[in-house]
Amino acid sequence: MLISLFIACYNDSLFPETGKAVVTVLERLGHTIEFRQAQTCCGQMHYNTGYYPEAVGIMRHFLDTFKDAEVICVPSASCVAMMRDHYPKMAAGDPVLEAAVAEVLPRVYEFTELLIDKLGVTDVGATYPHTVTLHTPCHSIRALHIGDRPQRLLEAVKGIKLIPLANADQCCGFGGTFAIKNAEVSAAMLNEKMQAIAETGATICTAGDNSCLMHIGGGLSRNNAGVRCVHIAEILASQGTS
Amino acid sequence: MSIHVGEAAEAPDFKKAAHVLLGNKQVRANVRRATETIRNKRANVVGEMPDWEDLRNSAAAIKQNVLRNLDTYLEQFEAACTKAGGKVHWARDADEANRIIIGIIQGHQQTEIIKVKTMTSDETRLNVALEAAGITPWETDLADLIIQLGHDKPSHIVVPALHKNKTEIRELFMRTMGLTELGSKPEDLAAAARQYLRERFLRVKVGFSGANFAVAETGSVCVVESEGNGRMCVTLPDVMITMLGIEKIIPSFDDLEVFLQLLPRSATGERMNPYNSIWTGVTPGDGPKEFHVILLDNGRTKVLADGESRETLHCIRCAACLNTCPVYRQTGGHAYGSIYSGPIGAILTPQLQGMEHSQSLPYASSLCGACYEVCPVKINIPEILIHLRRRIVENGDAPQTERIGMNMAAFTFADSKRLGVAQKLVQLGNKPMEAIGLPGWSAARDMPVVPKETFREWWAGGRK
Repeated sequence: MLISLFIACYNDSLFPETGKAVVTVLERLGHTIEFRQAQTCCGQMHYNTGYYPEAVGIMRHFLDTFKDAEVICVPSASCVAMMRDHYPKMAAGDPVLEAAVAEVLPRVYEFTELLIDKLGVTDVGATYPHTVTLHTPCHSIRALHIGDRPQRLLEAVKGIKLIPLANADQCCGFGGTFAIKNAEVSAAMLNEKMQAIAETGATICTAGDNSCLMHIGGGLSRNNAGVRCVHIAEILASQGTS
Repeated sequence: MSIHVGEAAEAPDFKKAAHVLLGNKQVRANVRRATETIRNKRANVVGEMPDWEDLRNSAAAIKQNVLRNLDTYLEQFEAACTKAGGKVHWARDADEANRIIIGIIQGHQQTEIIKVKTMTSDETRLNVALEAAGITPWETDLADLIIQLGHDKPSHIVVPALHKNKTEIRELFMRTMGLTELGSKPEDLAAAARQYLRERFLRVKVGFSGANFAVAETGSVCVVESEGNGRMCVTLPDVMITMLGIEKIIPSFDDLEVFLQLLPRSATGERMNPYNSIWTGVTPGDGPKEFHVILLDNGRTKVLADGESRETLHCIRCAACLNTCPVYRQTGGHAYGSIYSGPIGAILTPQLQGMEHSQSLPYASSLCGACYEVCPVKINIPEILIHLRRRIVENGDAPQTERIGMNMAAFTFADSKRLGVAQKLVQLGNKPMEAIGLPGWSAARDMPVVPKETFREWWAGGRK
C-alpha cells in the first residue's frame, strides 16, 4: 500500500525521529511511504487560538497537498482531531472546499488507527526491553475515540513491561498556547501528571502525540526525574535495546 | 442597559487570580478532595443508566427547541402563571430586576427576606442592592449561608463553599453565630445552622428563590435541593418571589422527566434530589398568598443572537464540567472572577457581561474536552471557547505579540519553502523558544533539543 506521511509541523522541526520511526514500522510491514515536500501544518494552532481565516488558509494548503493521496498517516492525534472535528465546519458554505474535505478526510488515519483499523496488525515485530507507561492524549480519547489501540500495540511488543498510569485520561496541561498563556496553571497540571508517572516506576513515558510529550518531557527533564518521553512510533520501530 | 454578572467586570484576569490561588495549598486540597468525591459519585450513577446518551440527546433537543421559540414559550409561561394567580415581571438587566424586587418587598413594608437557590441574584448583586435599601437578606442554603457569614464568594455552582473544609466552617460558625461550644462533626455543623435558620424561617414574611426550571405549559416553577431549607423557604413566607434567567423555560411538564433524571445525577451524583419543589401560582390556604416571578434577561438575548454559541444557554447549572475540569481542579472557582466558574463560566460570563470584559476567560482552558463529555445538555464548551477566542481576535483585542506571531506562522505555513527557511533559523539559533521569548514555558519545563536535521531534510537528503 502506498502511504503518504503527514508528519505534522512540530514533529518535522523538533521530533524527526518520530517520522523516521513511522517510516521504519510501515516499511517493515511491507508498505511504501511517500513524503510530500509541500506539506506544512494542519492549522490547529491558528484555529484553537482564534485565527480563523489563517486556519482556513492552512487547511486549503493541506487539502491541495494531499488531494490525490491514497492513505494519509498522521503520527499526531491532535492534528487528526483538528481535521475531523473542524475541517467540515470550516469548509461549510464553499462547495469546492466541502468536496475537497469530504474526499480527503476518510483517508486520514492517526498512526495507531492506521495500524489496527486499516492494516489490521497489532504485532508490528517490535522489541523494547523497558518499563513503559502510557499517557493517553485528550484528543486521542475524546475526539478520535482511540480506545485501547495504543495499549494493544504496546502489549504486542516483545520485552516491554507496561505499567498503567493513574488518571491517564486527565489532561497533562499542554493545550497548545494554553501552556504559554496560562503557564502556571499548565505547570500545576503537569506536576500532577509527573507525580502519576513517578508512581508507576517506569523509565519511559509514551503517547501518540509529541505535543503532550514535549511538555511532559520538558518537565521531567527539568526535575531530573530519570524518565524519558518517547513517541509510540519509536517504541514500535525498535527492535533492540535503544 | 446595566448588565453585570456579579463583580466579574472588576475581577482580576484569570492568570493573575490563578497565580494567587495556586499558592493556597489548603484551598487546592479542599477543591481536589471535593471534586473527586462528586466526580466519582456522578460516574457511578451515570454508569448505571443504559439510556444516558438518549437522555442527553433529548435534553439538548428540548433546549434547542426552547431557544428557537423562546418568545412563544415565555409568553405562554406568563399567561399560565398569571392565570394561576402569579404575577410575572420582565427585567432587562440587573438593576431593573433589583428595583422590581425591592419594590415588592417595600410594598409589603418588610425589612428582611429569606433566600434560597438563586445564582441570578448573585448575578444582579441583589444583596448589595437590598442592604442599600435597608432590607436584610438571609441566605438559607447551607453553603450560601457559609459564604454570607464569611463575607466570602462562591467558588462552585452547586457547592459554593466547596473551598472551605469542616474545620474552617466550624470556626466561622462559632465566630459569627456567637457559639462558645460546637462539635466538629458534619451533623454538629448542620444542627448549628438549623437552629440559626429556623428562627428566620418562622419570622420572615418574604421568601426569594431561583428556579431550575419553569414550565411554559402550566406556569409552574421548580427548585431542586438537598437540605429541605428550600422547601421551607418557598412554603412558609406570605410573599414569594422567584427570579430566573429566561433560558430556564421548558415547554411542558413532561419535559421534567428528562431533566430531573439528568440534573441530580450530573450535579451531586444522586439518583434523585431529596427535595423537588414544584409550585404553580398561589393556592388559597396553602403556602404563600402572593407569588411573583421575575424573568431576567441580563445579556441572555445577546447570547441567543449568536448562533455559534447559543447553546451556552442550554446550561442547567449542574457543574459536572467544573468537577471534571483539570484547570478548575488546580485553581478552584475564585480564579474565574465570577459566580459562574469552571468551563461553563469561562464561556457564560464573557458572553453575558460583554466581550470587552472577562477576556482572559476563553483562554482559561487546555481544550481537553472533558467538560463536553460530561455535559448533560451537550454544550460543546471547547468549540465555544474557540469561537470566543475568534471574536476577541476579530475585535482586534488579542495581544500584539500574539497577532504578529500568528501572522508570521501563517505566512510560513502557506509554503513549505518558507517553513524550511524558518526551520533553518531555529536550528541556527539553537535555543528556539527562549529566543522568541516564552519565559512561561521555561519556568517549569526544559526545551527539546533542536535536532540538526529536520525530517524533510532527512527525507530530501536520501534518508541518510
